[in-house]
Amino acid sequence: MAHHRRSHLLLVMAIIAGLSIGVAGCRGPQSGGLTVAGSTSVQPLVEHLAERYMAEHHGEVVNVQGSGSTAGIRAAVSGAAAIGMASRELEPTERDLHRFLIAQDAIAVIVHPANPVKALRREQLRDIYARRIRDWQQLGGNPGTINFITREEGSGTRGAFQEIVMGDAEISADGIVQDSTGTVRAIVAGDRNAIGYISLGMVTPEVATISLDEVVPTHDAVISGQYPLTRPFLLVTSGEPGPRERAFMDYLHQPACQAIIEEEGYVPSAAESRS
Amino acid sequence: MIPDQPSRRPRLNPEKVHVAAVVALWTTAGVTLAVLAAIIVFILVHGLPMLTPEFLLAQPESMGRAGGIFPTIVGTLALTAVALAIATPLGVGTAIYLNEYSRGGRAAAAIRFGVDCLAGVPSIIFGLFGFIFFVIYLKMGWSVLSGGLTLAVMVLPTIMRTAEEALRAVPASYRQVSFATGATTWQTVTRVVLPVALPGTVTGIVLSIGRCVGETAAVIFTAGTALRLPLSIFSPTRTMAVHFYILAREGLSMPHAYGTAAVLVITILLVNTIANAIMLRFRAGVT
Amino acid sequence: MRLREFVIEKLLFIAALSSLAVLALIAVFVFIEGTPIMLREGLGSFLLGAKWAPTKGSFGILPMIMGSIWVTVGALLIAGPVGVACAVFLVEIAPRQVADVVRPAIQLLAGIPSVVYGFIGIVVLVPFIRETFGGPGLSILSAAIILGVMVLPTVISIAQNALEAVPVEYKQGALALGCTHWQTILLVILPTARTGLITALVLGMGRAVGETMAVIMVVGNAVKLPINPLDPARTLTSNIALEMAYAAGAHREALFATGVVLFVFIMILNALANMRLRRRGSHR
Repeated sequence: MAHHRRSHLLLVMAIIAGLSIGVAGCRGPQSGGLTVAGSTSVQPLVEHLAERYMAEHHGEVVNVQGSGSTAGIRAAVSGAAAIGMASRELEPTERDLHRFLIAQDAIAVIVHPANPVKALRREQLRDIYARRIRDWQQLGGNPGTINFITREEGSGTRGAFQEIVMGDAEISADGIVQDSTGTVRAIVAGDRNAIGYISLGMVTPEVATISLDEVVPTHDAVISGQYPLTRPFLLVTSGEPGPRERAFMDYLHQPACQAIIEEEGYVPSAAESRS
Repeated sequence: MIPDQPSRRPRLNPEKVHVAAVVALWTTAGVTLAVLAAIIVFILVHGLPMLTPEFLLAQPESMGRAGGIFPTIVGTLALTAVALAIATPLGVGTAIYLNEYSRGGRAAAAIRFGVDCLAGVPSIIFGLFGFIFFVIYLKMGWSVLSGGLTLAVMVLPTIMRTAEEALRAVPASYRQVSFATGATTWQTVTRVVLPVALPGTVTGIVLSIGRCVGETAAVIFTAGTALRLPLSIFSPTRTMAVHFYILAREGLSMPHAYGTAAVLVITILLVNTIANAIMLRFRAGVT
Repeated sequence: MRLREFVIEKLLFIAALSSLAVLALIAVFVFIEGTPIMLREGLGSFLLGAKWAPTKGSFGILPMIMGSIWVTVGALLIAGPVGVACAVFLVEIAPRQVADVVRPAIQLLAGIPSVVYGFIGIVVLVPFIRETFGGPGLSILSAAIILGVMVLPTVISIAQNALEAVPVEYKQGALALGCTHWQTILLVILPTARTGLITALVLGMGRAVGETMAVIMVVGNAVKLPINPLDPARTLTSNIALEMAYAAGAHREALFATGVVLFVFIMILNALANMRLRRRGSHR
């Protein structure tokens, strides 16, 4: 009986091992398509442009995956994706990647349209997120506890906000965390005491933007470099891009695409004044 | 277990208490049903206006804000097909082994325990596992295959349990007659037992379709989010549930989100109705 | 012929082992990814650390553990009474025709995708809670209500089995002694079915702990120890799903470690529930 059972076990293990090897040896992750993976902030824009690219270049397939800036960069390094997307500046350890700027994005600070507070200084914004200012009354608004909404750890948007607004201060753990632009916007639109930050391109009339250091977040203010809270939308490849990657990336710099980027509310890389 | 004091509160009239309790129970059941109805009505009221043939059959445009949801329907079907193609033989095979071959014992007990545990594993864990095992370790990437395999693992317990229940409901006399005619176990299973147990088995498979269609957490990490028609089982894809999640979360287009949700809910309604109809007929047939 | 039978039996046996094999694979892969960081950080400081700042090297998941517990207990406070009441209704009160409609309808609740629940939560429930009770609305309470509804089908169907398993003689005896139907239910049927009802709650608990997509949308995801039900909180599952996309290195390991904790927790619940089911089964 014992022998019987052991033979079962061996048989099963052999089959599992066989299956694993068989499937693993079958093929790699790339199957003809050009895989672009990374930041969920950049994904909608690139997806949109990729639709056009595929319509104009027959036979070319571009798969766009949203997985986050850091994961995108790693995917490009490891070869899991041909191109990585990032919505933050590259970190020193990532500098040897080939960096390709497609647009500049402003991060708008948003509140409920009924909120009388329309302007904040960077220190005030920092104090709100560090939970040192807790009530709108302290900022000249109507009394009410500030419900501040932040993005999740690792998000490019949060990274830029942390770097430019918070500096060394930490975002308080009391903050509500949401993992997407849409939910941040929906919460702010429904709560008079909420404040959040989203990509300028995603601002709708349901929410009001706040001027930061007396600069209203507008297209022109971003182009001129006056608005402080901006971050780059990058495509990265490990080493020099190959011909297929090159073709797609160059396509994004064509005037037609630049016009779409502008339409979506971002600042095209060609119009960007800073390097 | 006989109550020592049938009326512990003598001041209350037991008959009245009984009536009150029955009213309360009817109300509870009614409220539960009302919640269900509210959810379905809410989605359908907002989503039905979107449902046109174009919405179902057109390609999405500008990230799903315009156009249709055709690729996500294909993606959902593809994932479900892969999942069932793998889970059905394994699940039904397990049920047959446990019910027709195993003579009880430790192996069978261990297998049952494994199936029970697997049924309780949350979908996010399946997602993590699928991501690390299929996507990364076996290098399948984000693909229909990775997603389908992950879903297969997830629905395996459902298929196996319903199949086992169906097999168990087949009267022992059927088998005895078959054995008496000199049939082997396998012949008995394929010619006598399985045909009788088929409706119950199919119910489990149909219910699994529902789970595959509605799943998000396990799929998003394994099949990816590419909004494109999958051309092979190695292409990444996006299912309807994931599409709805992304549309709603990113606030891209509420009408399109509701439209997708309506398709999802109608699919689930259909799947459940079919499963239920098969089940009822099955019950009627056996008893 | 004999060889064919032998081969078929072995093939079926292998199919039967697939569930066990998969369970083992899941455990192995999640543990391989997750345990190194738990050992590096120390199990105590990982499980009991209150600070989670994975990009800065702080990996304490106590807030998530507490968040999961709060949300689960809340969900059970709703699904427990309602679920048992519905099961009693279906088994004891409802006429057959009504039960035949209500039963599949309740199972339909289980079929509705969790993202739909989460979405309705965020557009209907969260604003309601914010207007009615104050606070940000995204809260333990919102998550508990949504989860309560989501686990109802699980609780109801297992509770129903338990109630149906009560021998009919018990019921007849009580009725013959002059008990009203309700007294019979309360004093005879429910106590007899106790073990099965507890199993229903335990499995409902497993469902609630493991639910992800609906919770992530309504719970607020703040990484702090919750003090009251109107506070936002983060659960183990939402921690994984929120940050998985971005995570690399130690951060990713920490998320898999969160998965390990979740997995162990669920397995304990499953084992408990199965032991109870087995024991009950052997009595009959």
